[in-house]
This record gives sequence, C-alpha cells and structure tokens, in this order.
Amino acid sequence: MTSASEPLAVARPRRDILLGVAILAVALVYVRALAFTPIEARQGAAQKILYIHATAAFIALYVAFALMAISSILYLWLKDEKLDRVAESAAEVGLAFTTVVLLTGPLWGKTIWGAWWTWDARLTSTLFLWFLIVAYSLLRGAVEDRGRRARYSAVLGILGALLIPFIHMSVYLFRTLHPMPIVLKPERPSLPPEMLRTLLFSFAAFVLVYVALLRARYALATERTMLEEHEGQLSGGR
Amino acid sequence: MGDAPGTLAASWIVARKDLAIEFRTRTAFLSALVFALLGVTIFYFAWDATAVAAADLAPGVLWVIFTFAGLLGLQRSFGSELADRAIDGLLGAPISREAIYLGKALANLVFVSGILAVTIPAVVLFYNLPFGAGIGALAGIAALAAVGLVAVGTLFSAMAVNTRMAELLLPMLSLPFFVPIVMGAAQSSARLMAGRPIAEAWPWLRILVAFDIVFVTACTLAFPFTLDE
Repeated sequence: MTSASEPLAVARPRRDILLGVAILAVALVYVRALAFTPIEARQGAAQKILYIHATAAFIALYVAFALMAISSILYLWLKDEKLDRVAESAAEVGLAFTTVVLLTGPLWGKTIWGAWWTWDARLTSTLFLWFLIVAYSLLRGAVEDRGRRARYSAVLGILGALLIPFIHMSVYLFRTLHPMPIVLKPERPSLPPEMLRTLLFSFAAFVLVYVALLRARYALATERTMLEEHEGQLSGGR
Repeated sequence: MGDAPGTLAASWIVARKDLAIEFRTRTAFLSALVFALLGVTIFYFAWDATAVAAADLAPGVLWVIFTFAGLLGLQRSFGSELADRAIDGLLGAPISREAIYLGKALANLVFVSGILAVTIPAVVLFYNLPFGAGIGALAGIAALAAVGLVAVGTLFSAMAVNTRMAELLLPMLSLPFFVPIVMGAAQSSARLMAGRPIAEAWPWLRILVAFDIVFVTACTLAFPFTLDE
C-alpha cells in the first residue's frame, strides 16, 4: 500500500507494439483484398466489404460480446475486480466493432439490396446488441460505487447475452433477407479459395486489432482504478 | 409472528405491502392508466384512418402503450423504497432476497394487469374491433406479456434507482428487453384479432412462453446481486 502523500506511480506510456503490428496487418489485408483478390462476378466491387464487415461482425458477436458475458458470469461468481475490468474493456472495444458492422453493412446493402437498412434478423440483432452495449456503458457511468457498478453491469451483461437469441428468433419469424452464412456452415465453405484466404487473413488481422485494443483498454481501466483509490485516500474516504 | 415465513409466503407479504401503499395513494396507478388511455387516443390520430384500418393498428398500439405505461409502474417499484431508506427494512426482514424480488414482481404484475384490464377494452372500443370470442385468448397473451415485462422490469428497477439519472436509465435498460415481448404479443394478437386460427399465432406464443421462463428464472437468480451487502 502506498501512503497518500506519495505520488501515484504510473508506468510511463510505452509504444504499443502489438497495436502497431495489428494496424500494419489490417493495411496488408486491405492491399490484398483490393489488389490481389478476384472481383466477385455477381456483386462486383461491393463484395469487398465482406473482408471488413463479416470479420468485424464475427469478432463483435462471438469474441467481444461472448467475452463480456463470460467474464460477467465469472465476476459474479469469483468477485475478482480484474474480471469486471475485462468485461468493461470487452464491451467497449466490442462497441467499436459493432459500430463498424452497422456502418459498413448499409454501404453494401444500398448497392446490392437497394436499401440502406432492412429489419432482417441479423441486422436487428446487431442493432440491439449495439443498443445493449451502449446501455451497458451508460449504466457503468451512472453508478458511483465500484462494487455496485461491477455487480450491476455483470447482471446486465448476462441478461443481454440471454436476450440476443430471443431478438434473433423473433425477427427470424419475419422473413429474413441477409445472406446466409458463407463460411461457417455445416457443408464446405462456398467461397472461392482466394477469397476465403483473404477473409481468413482479414480475420486474423482483426483479431490482432481486437486483442491490442482490449489490452490497451484493460490497462486504462486498471490505471483508473488506481487513480480512484488514490483520490479516495487523499480525500480521507474509503 | 413466530417463525420466519417461507419464500412464497414472504413474497406475498412484500407484494401486499406494495399494493397497500399503491391502493392508499393510487397516484402511480391512476397516472399510468391515464397515460395509457391518452396514448391509445393519440396513436389513433397518428395515421390516416381512411388509409390504414384501425383494426390493423390496434395490436401494435396496445402493446407499445402497454410497455410504456408499465415502465411508469416499474419506476415506482423500488423508487418507493428510497425514502428514509425503506429498503433497509426489507433487507433486515427475515426473508430471502428472492422473496423480495418475487414480492415486488407480484405487486408489479397486479399493477400492469390492472392497466391492461382497462386498456384492452378501451382499444377494442376506440378502434371498433369486431371482438368477442378471442377475448379469452387475448387475456392469455396479456398474461404472458405481463409476466415477461414485470420479470425484467422489476430487476432493472432495483438497479436503476441506485444510479444517477434513474428515470432515464430504466427505459434504456428495459426497452431492448421488451422488444421480443412487444413483437410476440403484437403479432399473436394481430392474428387472433383478424380471426385467424390459434395455430398461426403459436410460433409467437412459444417465444413469449420461452421468454417468460428464461427471464423469470434468470432475474430471480440475478436479483440478490443488485442489493448491497
């Protein structure tokens, strides 16, 4: 324990090498996707958005959101503050990825479907995922007490994970318009090998970006906690 | 009193306490009711009645208004425990945390059922619905929708009162969760009101039933975490 009079020791900001590598990887994927991957016969250039849109969507839903839900459950069980910080970071970086999905989707939709937006099952679930994560962030901002904040947001994270399948099922009962899964389906992926390879490269690059951002966000959360504690000591509070 | 009551008995005591408060003041119920009736009439004028048949609008109007009016009641559910830290009395009582949640939820269920009992006939009346035989089925849909709404809403009410901007946060937390309820209730009642066989509404009813089971269970388990130790 540091005494209150001591200055707060914070590690000097270092260069985030991982983030640099990740950004470089994304740049290389763009070059490959635009210049060295064949143009799709029916969709034309619009199909290129797959390499951003599908990977961002996959990471938002199956990595970020899943990580938030799992660390929320684990937090309520183990009451370890680190898990709360993981959930917080996963949610916030996930929000960025979900925003990318929601911004790139309409660009493709306008060209191929002729409409920016449709109330299709996947679009609607993603939109509500976005709303949920925004509500999650707002909730975190609205609770002062740290323990309470962690418990409340864990509860919301878990209930949110239960909600998304319900929204998906409900909207699915309406007719759905979104392309069915191309890669992750029981039969073989129906993407030509060159495109599949680019997609997988893109996926790897985005995972790197996600991990790098998550790590940076987690470090920020840790420093914020230290600062809160320090301020608490200075003001003679808890 | 002697022995501490069991969970169900305790939750009934909690519900009775809330309902007694509500019955003596009636402010929340009457304002939610007037809000619902006003909403029903305002919605009527939001569309051109000669272009869209009133009967086509009615189910959507009913369930959207229902969720908003329900939010008014949910706000008060734990809001009423804030004054003089009344919640401490509940927490100090020899009853389980789950009993507090179930009692609160039960009182809210009575609250929103009361609103529905007036709003549904009002919609039938104002929107000139040719309605008779389907009223039993509609009551069933109403019950399913009310249980789901109350299960989630009661939990979020407990959380929202302890935050800054409680009035804003409760709708923001709850409304995404009300989406499957509104869709399920509106779609199934639209089919029933159009005189279609119940089999056509069945997929939607199944979603409502599944929602109720999942969220009543999950919220009962999660509720103790929303209380301060």
